[in-house]
Amino acid sequence: MENEQSFSDICGGRLALQRRYYSPSCREFCLSSPRLSLRSLTVVTSTVWLAAYGLFTVCENSVVLSAAIFITLLGLLGYLHFVKIDQETLLIIDSLGIQMTSSYASGKESTTFIEMDKVKDVIINEAIYMQKVIYYLCILLKDPVEPHEISQVVPVFQSAKPRLDCLIEVYRSCQEILAHQKAPSTSPQAHQKAPSTSPSIQKASIVSRGK
Amino acid sequence: MVSFGDPGMVLKAFFPTCCAAADSGLLVGRWVPEQSSAVVLAVVHFPFIPSQVKEFLAQVQQTSQVGVAVLGTWCHRRQEPEDNLGHFLEGLSAIFSHEPWLQLCREKGSTFWSCKATRWQGSTSPGAPSEDQVMIVFYDQRKVLLSQLHPPAILPDQETGDAAAGAVGLAAVFHTVARSEVLFRSDRFDEGPVRLSHWQSDGVEASILVELAKWASGPICLLLASLLSLVSAVSACWLFKLWPLPFIWSKLSTCEQLRYRLEQLTLIFSPQKAENPSQRMRKANMCVSVLLDVALGLTLLSWLHGKGRIEQLADALVPVADRVAEELQHLLQWLMGAPAGLKMNRALDQVLGRFFLYHIHLWISYIHLMSPFIERIVWHVGLSACLGLTVSLSILSDIIALLTFHIYCFYVYGARLYCLKICGLSSLWRLFRGKKWNVLRQRVDSCSYDLDQLFIGTLLFTILVFLLPTTALYYLVFTLLRLLVITVQGLIHLLVDLINSLPLYALGLRLCRPYRLAAGVKFRVLEQEAGRPLRLLMQINPLSYGRVVHTYRLPRYGCHPTHSWGSLCRKLFFGELIYPWRQREDKQD
Repeated sequence: MENEQSFSDICGGRLALQRRYYSPSCREFCLSSPRLSLRSLTVVTSTVWLAAYGLFTVCENSVVLSAAIFITLLGLLGYLHFVKIDQETLLIIDSLGIQMTSSYASGKESTTFIEMDKVKDVIINEAIYMQKVIYYLCILLKDPVEPHEISQVVPVFQSAKPRLDCLIEVYRSCQEILAHQKAPSTSPQAHQKAPSTSPSIQKASIVSRGK
Repeated sequence: MVSFGDPGMVLKAFFPTCCAAADSGLLVGRWVPEQSSAVVLAVVHFPFIPSQVKEFLAQVQQTSQVGVAVLGTWCHRRQEPEDNLGHFLEGLSAIFSHEPWLQLCREKGSTFWSCKATRWQGSTSPGAPSEDQVMIVFYDQRKVLLSQLHPPAILPDQETGDAAAGAVGLAAVFHTVARSEVLFRSDRFDEGPVRLSHWQSDGVEASILVELAKWASGPICLLLASLLSLVSAVSACWLFKLWPLPFIWSKLSTCEQLRYRLEQLTLIFSPQKAENPSQRMRKANMCVSVLLDVALGLTLLSWLHGKGRIEQLADALVPVADRVAEELQHLLQWLMGAPAGLKMNRALDQVLGRFFLYHIHLWISYIHLMSPFIERIVWHVGLSACLGLTVSLSILSDIIALLTFHIYCFYVYGARLYCLKICGLSSLWRLFRGKKWNVLRQRVDSCSYDLDQLFIGTLLFTILVFLLPTTALYYLVFTLLRLLVITVQGLIHLLVDLINSLPLYALGLRLCRPYRLAAGVKFRVLEQEAGRPLRLLMQINPLSYGRVVHTYRLPRYGCHPTHSWGSLCRKLFFGELIYPWRQREDKQD
């Protein structure tokens, strides 16, 4: 089963959320942000080159022009390979773990896999980012020594930064799988967090520093 | 005896990709009840005698300490469905009882497999078998066997005990595969009572050279280790411990580097085997860095000895030193006049200038005394390059320190004078405010001074204030020169540190065999069909280059600039001496 839905990120840009339900115990959420647009690329390149040309008319040294070309090329390569993330994927497999993949525009992929016995919960959190308060989905990791403590908070969809409506969709699906895993081990009364109810938004316990 | 996992958990069958083409048979592997996962290690082919299989598995279990058992059946239908085989396979579960009993089946012409996991106990109605949900995880047996998980899940001291139980999560899978290496030892040409299918090497390849090298490495290591112990015994001899010598040794970076090289060589040629992977990696890294260092050194040596470059260098060295001294003389003469239009105290200026000029004169005569021997010295220094580039770089750093000794002296004089003035000024400033420094209590107390004391204090304060600019100017100029020399030496030290500490072997391993250093795993969901079990492909997630360098970096030697920028500026302002080697002495204490 596969469906696609369109959402917007915190700045109003378009995001596409693809949901793939492989089996009841395995789901994948794929957030793709728009590709690098030709317009912004042209604007940046022509700005750099015009500035270089201006400098060239002042100092009359052609090294400036070749340096500008190299800077643009290297900058573009670096941007595509290290900065621009095209797609972020969250794969959640029951009783195995959660995998986060970010694919860069150049095709590089960086993957993190968190085993299920290290995951405490998946929550939506509030954070102060620049001048606004945003919501983000994050995975809470168990402390290996004390299982009731949280050792680390791993944010998901860090570069796409989707809005709350998109996060709620992902959150519900994740909770369904997590609840399915917890259900046999704990009594059904202990489960207050039914997946159909609205997500519990934990008050800003963790405030991320604005970049 | 048989423990079963959490019945709510999805059963995970880890299946090696190399067995996908194997004939029908029995699945052999380990059952991890905590995670309800079955790690399939091999397939036993028909025909077999059950008692022989059981005996073989008991043998493997004894040597590898991994609970290897028959997990279920594997059925690969090449022709049209044979019903009798299916019944026969079901019947096997009575002989090899396992809970749950896996039934993997691959049909002809279909990429999708069917998988059933049956358990008789633990179901709601006794007697009737219950079926679990199953997902198949494919893994590359060879890569999982060879890879090393970071950070290590098992502490080295736990290794001897029942370590398989200590590993949790996917580390247990890695551990199981790594420990059951005994199972994989037989290759496809072996004819035993039990025919197995698993990852196999294509027979052992042997080269006479490699065998000879292996055979010779033991005695050679012993010989070299004894030679090295002799060298270290000589260097520890009492003659080298006489009073001024240890002090000088500790100041020369060449000695540090030689000591470090000796340590490296002792470790490389030590006859005892490295126990754990991290030690083995450390040894390999050290070996590669020494080899690279020596190779670079030999390149330098061959470059130096070609076309009489040594003579050119030696001829150039004395004029350069002369030139530096000349420039310094010009600088001093400029300072003795009215530098940058500043009006200095003429008398003090002249005294200081003459003092420094006399020093330079002494220095030049010293250099000219040395000049006949310089070529021989350079030749010997060039020979040291066969010990490695780092050694010759350290010697270069020491030579720079020796050739700029006059700058160091000027800096010390200037700093001492400046420091004296700053101290005097600060204490006299306290006198103005009616305060004094209480030495006993380590604080500033108030104090009433007499008229004479105040008069003398004011007089001295005035003199010091008017003389301060002259001293400060000399101090500033020589500090800048000193900082320049320290920067050059620091860059050389940085290069030496880089060659010494970079884990080249680990980096090469990461580049050519990325699966050997694993940060974890990643999963890829394979094509699905409704009603069939979920199929995943487990791949190895290689360690990033940054983490490789961070994990395997060799310990550093030599001095590091541990001054923070703030403390450096403070020290410069108050005229305290900055030594590049001060930190090293502190470290030894």
